[in-house]
This record gives sequence, C-alpha cells and structure tokens, in this order.
Amino acid sequence: MLKFVRTRAVASLISLVGLLVMVFFLSRLTGDPAALFLPVEASAEMKEQFRELHGLNDPLLVQFTRYVGDVVTGDFGESLRKARPALDVVLEAFTWTLWLAVITMTLVAGAAIVVGSLAAFRAGGFFDRLASVISLIGASVPDFWIAIVAIVVFSVNLAWLPTSGTGSLLHWILPIAVLFIRPFGIIVQVVRGSMIGALSSAYVKTARAKGVKSGPIIFVHALRNAMLPVITVLGDQAASLLNGAVIVETIFGFPGVGKLMIDSILQRDFNVVLAAILVTALAIFLMNLLIDLAYALLDPRIRH
Amino acid sequence: MADHLLEVRNLSVEFHTAVGVVKAVRNISYHLDRGETLAILGESGSGKSVSSSAIMNLIDMPPGRISSGEILLDGVDLLTMPAHERRQVNGRRVAMIFQDPLSHLNPVYTVGWQIREALTTHGTAAAKAASEALRLLTRVGIPEPERSLGKYPHEFSGGQRQRVMIAMALALRPDLLIADEPTTALDVTVQAEVLALLEELQQETGMAILIITHDLGVVAEVADRVVVMEKGVLVETGTVREVYKNPQHPYTKKLIAAAPGKGDMHAPAARVEPVLSVHDVRKRYGSFEALKGISFDLMPGETMAVVGESGSGKSTLARILLRLDEPDSGKALWKGRDLFTMSPAELYKLRRDLQMVFQDPTQSLNPRMTVYQLISEAWVIHPDILPKARWRERVAELLMQVGLGPEHMGRYPHQFSGGQRQRIAIARALALEPQLIICDEAVSALDVSVQAQVIALLDKLRKEMSIAFIFIAHDLPVVRDFADHVMVMQKGNVVELGTVRDVFETPRQDYTRALLAAGLDPDPDVQAEHRAARLQRAS
Repeated sequence: MLKFVRTRAVASLISLVGLLVMVFFLSRLTGDPAALFLPVEASAEMKEQFRELHGLNDPLLVQFTRYVGDVVTGDFGESLRKARPALDVVLEAFTWTLWLAVITMTLVAGAAIVVGSLAAFRAGGFFDRLASVISLIGASVPDFWIAIVAIVVFSVNLAWLPTSGTGSLLHWILPIAVLFIRPFGIIVQVVRGSMIGALSSAYVKTARAKGVKSGPIIFVHALRNAMLPVITVLGDQAASLLNGAVIVETIFGFPGVGKLMIDSILQRDFNVVLAAILVTALAIFLMNLLIDLAYALLDPRIRH
Repeated sequence: MADHLLEVRNLSVEFHTAVGVVKAVRNISYHLDRGETLAILGESGSGKSVSSSAIMNLIDMPPGRISSGEILLDGVDLLTMPAHERRQVNGRRVAMIFQDPLSHLNPVYTVGWQIREALTTHGTAAAKAASEALRLLTRVGIPEPERSLGKYPHEFSGGQRQRVMIAMALALRPDLLIADEPTTALDVTVQAEVLALLEELQQETGMAILIITHDLGVVAEVADRVVVMEKGVLVETGTVREVYKNPQHPYTKKLIAAAPGKGDMHAPAARVEPVLSVHDVRKRYGSFEALKGISFDLMPGETMAVVGESGSGKSTLARILLRLDEPDSGKALWKGRDLFTMSPAELYKLRRDLQMVFQDPTQSLNPRMTVYQLISEAWVIHPDILPKARWRERVAELLMQVGLGPEHMGRYPHQFSGGQRQRIAIARALALEPQLIICDEAVSALDVSVQAQVIALLDKLRKEMSIAFIFIAHDLPVVRDFADHVMVMQKGNVVELGTVRDVFETPRQDYTRALLAAGLDPDPDVQAEHRAARLQRAS
C-alpha cells in the first residue's frame, strides 16, 4: 500500500516538474514582458530599467534556474499589480475556490449516487426515465446561461438571493447551485450505467440467493463495485472546478482562482498567473493521488 | 399433501425477447425428498437452470414470466408467498451454489464478511456469525481458516472458491441446496473433492440436493434420481441406473451414446521422421517456472494430446509453439528448422503450416465479419495460395468439409450455434492447408452431442489430409477417443508420455493414476466401482 502511494507520488512529481518547465518557457514565448507590461508609450529607458529590475536581461537559463530556486522556496515573486507576494494573492483566491469545489462536489457525489443507483435499480421505470431526462438536460445546458437566468429569476425578479459578491452564506447558494448542475447530470449517467452492470452481475445473484434485502444489495454489494468509473469522472469534474470555474466565478463576482487568473492575464500580472497555474496543478495532482488511493481502498484487486 | 420437501408442479416459464416469446420451460413437474439428490440433466438451451432460478426467485421479471405452475416447499407455494416471507426462504431454507465461483463472489469484500452476511441477514448476532464463519470455513477444508476469513475471493484457487461458496450456502443449514453446474469449471481431481465434500455435508445435515449438470459422469457419481430435459421439456425421469441402462426417450439415448470415452483407442502408426521435434523448452514468469524442460516428437498425421490441470503449463506450451510468447531456452525443430530462431519472414511462411483452434469460438471469430470474410481472410494475408477468382468456390468446399453448406457464407457468427461456430473456426484453420493444428480446449465449451461431432470431424481431417494435431484438453474421455499419444503435464513437467493405450490402461505414474481415477464414468455401475476403490484407498 505504501509502495503504491510512493510510486504514484513520484509519477505526479515528474509531471509537476514538466509543467513548471513548460509554464516558464511558454510565458516567455508570449513576448518581452517589459513590452507587454509597460504602457505602449513607455520610453526605451523605462523598459531597460524594468528589465534590469526583474532580471530579464540575464540569459534565459539563468532566469529559469533562479525561477526554479525561488519556486522551490515558495517565492513566486511580487504581484506586479497588487504589490503583495503573488503566492499570497493566489492562495487567498484558491481558498475560496477550494471551498466552492469541495461543497459542490460533495453535494454532486451524494445526490448523483443516490439518484443514479435508484434509476438503475428499476431501469426503464418511471423514475429512471425522469432521472435520464433531468440528467441529460443538466449535462447539456451551458452554465453561463443558467447563471444568468438564475440571477434574473432569483436575484432580480424574486429578490431572494444576492446577485454577486461574497459576505454571507446566501452569496454561496447561486454559484454552488449553478456549478452543481452539469457534473450532476454527467455523473448520474455514469452511476446509472455502472450500477446497471453491477446489479446484473453474478455476485448480486448470489446475494439474492442468500436472501439479502434490496437496500444492501444496491448500496453495499453493487455500489462499491460500480464506484470505480464514477470516481474517475468525479475526479475529472472536480479538477475542472479546481481549475477555477472561470465563467461562473466571473459572472457571480466570486473571488476565486478562476476569476483571479482571467484578471491577471488581462493585466499581464505574470507572476500571479504562474503561481496560480502551479498551485492549481499541485492541487489537481494531490487530488489524483487521492483518487488512486480511493481506487485501492474500494477494490482489493488493485492493492495487490 | 406435504409429503415431498420440494414439489414443482406444471411449471412454465417464458421470456419476452425482441424476437418474440421464448418458452424456456414448458409444463414440467418433479419432486425431491429430504436427504435425496436429484440431478437435472440437459444441454445448453434445455431450460435446466430455469426451474431452479424460479425456485430461488432469481428470474428477472420482466422479461421473464412464470406463466403457470406451483413450486411447493413443504406444501407451501413459493410463487404466491408474500415478498418478505419469500425472502426469508432464500439462504435459510433453500441455498444455492453456482458454476463460476469467482464471478459469484463479490470481489470487493472478504470471504469472511460474505459468509457472515449470510448469517446476519437472517438475524444471527454478529459475534455468533463470526464464530460460525470460522467453523464453516474450517469444515469445508480451507487451509488456515482464521487468516483466510480476511482474504478476498481472488486470493483463492478455483476449488477453494467453490468451497467458500459451499460454506456460505450451508451457513444456516438449509433443507435444500441447489447446485448449478458446481464443478464444471474445476479440474477433475478438484471436482472429485468438491463432490465428495457435498456428499459428506449432505450426510451430516440431511439436506436435499438439486444438482444441475450437463455431465453424465456427475450424475452417475452423486445423484439418486435424474430428470432429463430437452428444449424446455422434461423428456425422461427415473433412477440414475434405470435411465442409463434403459433409456426410453430418443434424446436420452442420443445423449448417452454421445458420451465420450467408449470407442476404440487409436493404435499409432510406426514412428518415422517427426514433423515437429521439441527439445527441453523452458519458460519462467518472474519466479514462477511455467515450463521446466518439455521435450516430445510429433509425427505427420498424428495427434498428441496434452493433458494436465490448470497451472500445468499446457497453454503456455501452445503459446510458445505458436511464437505468441518467447521461450527462455530450448528448441522446436519444424521439419529440421528451429522455429524459435526464425526470422519474421520465415515465420510468415510458417504460419501457413501451423494453425490454431481456440476454446471459445464466440470470442475467436470477429463478430463483424461474415463467414466468407473470416475464412478468405487467410488468403488476403497469403495471396499466393489461391487466385481470388477461386475463393468463393474454395470457401464453399471448406464449409462442406466441416459439415456446413455454401448457403452459410454470407452469415455472421452470431447466427450460428456454438458447435457450428467451432466448425467455422476449424474451416478457417484449414483454409491455409496447415500441417499442424494446435487445439487449445477446442471442444470443452461444447455440448456432449456436439463435442462428439466435432471430434469425429477432426479425426476425419487428420486421416484424409494427414494433419498433425496438438490437442490440449482436460477432459480425459475425449482424449481417449481422439489421441494417438498422450503427454501428461504437472506443474511445468512432463510426468508421463506414451501411446493412448499405455497411458490409459497401464499408467506408470501416480499422478496419471490419480487423474484417471478422478475422472467420472457415465455408467453408474462403473462409477460405483471407482468410488468403492477410491474409498478403499482413502481408508
């Protein structure tokens, strides 16, 4: 088990280093930061001064070594716009996003597993058809549209909920509800398909021959076997939320990492962009490690 | 009224499918008493498992429907019982074990958990269930029972898994145990052990056993009475001896006649120049030695049967001879040239001479190709064999040769029965006019009557075209009917190699004798002698 975790962690680390290299050189490929950062009318001296200040005149490899050295010690440089360490800015935004993702995915997982399992138990029945229609709509409707409609209905017309920003628990409801819909739609379908397979398996037949009740058959015998594909998709969906639900965060003015990234790109705040990419990447690698661990916990055959 | 433990009366079950209503079981009746063993004998599609599924309430409805009949357990009809009472019957009064214990045990829970669940489901306290689980696992002969409780199904061998299933089924001492092909997937020696265990447990508990099987040998070994089924209809019933010695229905007669192991044995011709000569082939996977030095010669037109239990290395040998896997050392001279050192170009030529027929024709035939495409594909790969203008004619010839017709050319594999599919696979192998065909369990998945036909076909081809066969099988009676020479393998070694008569009539090695003794004879009298001999040896 420990060995399993170790090999996974090493593999993740290698990918992370690769990402670091790629992010650094790609950002340099977009052009001279001095030209991008300073106003168009800036003089050549100002640009030269800027380069000198940020060490941009050194050879690229020297810059890269320095960058890696800084990153390893947790120094991502200053945010050029906010005059605070870039990492602080990113971590603050990431905390918001992390909470949003954790709450949303917990609700999605719970609801989708129950709805998908019950739909599979009576496949073709009324509840199954209802669940299929709802999940298909949920998986297909674009979230920016739902977000806007939700604001119009619940904030503007009914005036039940705030339109945007943070401050109270009420502010969380609309972003979570909007982000919930798509992954819920997708995962209900995956749970249903996987559970239909598990419920028609031979070991479920054995359980029925033992006289086990329907409840334990669905939620003890079949569900654990059906969870592997579900966890994979849950992980994918959670990753896309961790990346920052860019559109939804922007619409609701939610101060998460997605909104921060868009703002920083528009403002050419490269230190923040690089820090944001690396922090979310690290978070996604950690989450994938958790998913691998969940696999091993669920299925003893993977452990060996 | 309630004089029988189980009484099935006029039971009919139908399935509503896309192609219409299939009447799986039509108006069948049988009964079973305490302490008695009843066998339901039939081939695939006979409906032999359907009535037991109805007893266990395991038929999915829809698409299934019980259209008439009663299933009385101690005089009470299970089919009209309220659902919660009905569920109390399963596991407590009637229990079931299945053919493939690996897929029938839940892979993600320990066997201890699964046995305990059988008990706690019906109200046993957790502590009592834990001690009972240990007692049961010990009783069915699982080594290190205490530690085994914490193991998962994939950590056991096939025979041990079936023992675990038995422990689980018998946890609450049911009155009736239904065993659906319980030993079909097991090696002969393991089969004998599992059947013996079932009988011992029956004597201890006085339960009745309903055993569903296609194997006359199993019937002769364990059953008191037998019910023969064909296409959903009960065609004959009686004591095992009556039915075997004096069958009334033509189907029963056919089934008994088709049982392998009764014909004349081959007398191999004098040995000349071997077509294949294998020297000291070795193969290891990590620390596991799969082959520990295998040597034999094969003459043209001769059949070499390779027998052995699972793990003996017989399939590894086949894979290596086909170069699907590389040996660690050794030589295999094909007409004097070592096929292990052949270049890809030489191998391409060799493929023409060396063909393979696999166990499961459903998987080895591409479902999206017609029979014509499947057979003529060989000539697409080896275009020099036959000009394209003659392909249709030759496919028709090959189909006739294997007992099919030219009209089958445009059809797809799923439109054929299992036996017909295996004939297509054989026709495909013949398309390249090979000199050696390796058959890996090529007839094991087929019904007895079909098996006999396929064996007869292979034997005809061997004589007419002087094709040599390497015939890998675990079924000894089939080997006895078809082989010239027999090679017995155990744990990667050749333990005995000789003519079929020598191996079957005067086996020199203990392992061969044990293997032969474990085989079941369809004749109940012969089987009774075997059994007496075995018990004598044991005591």
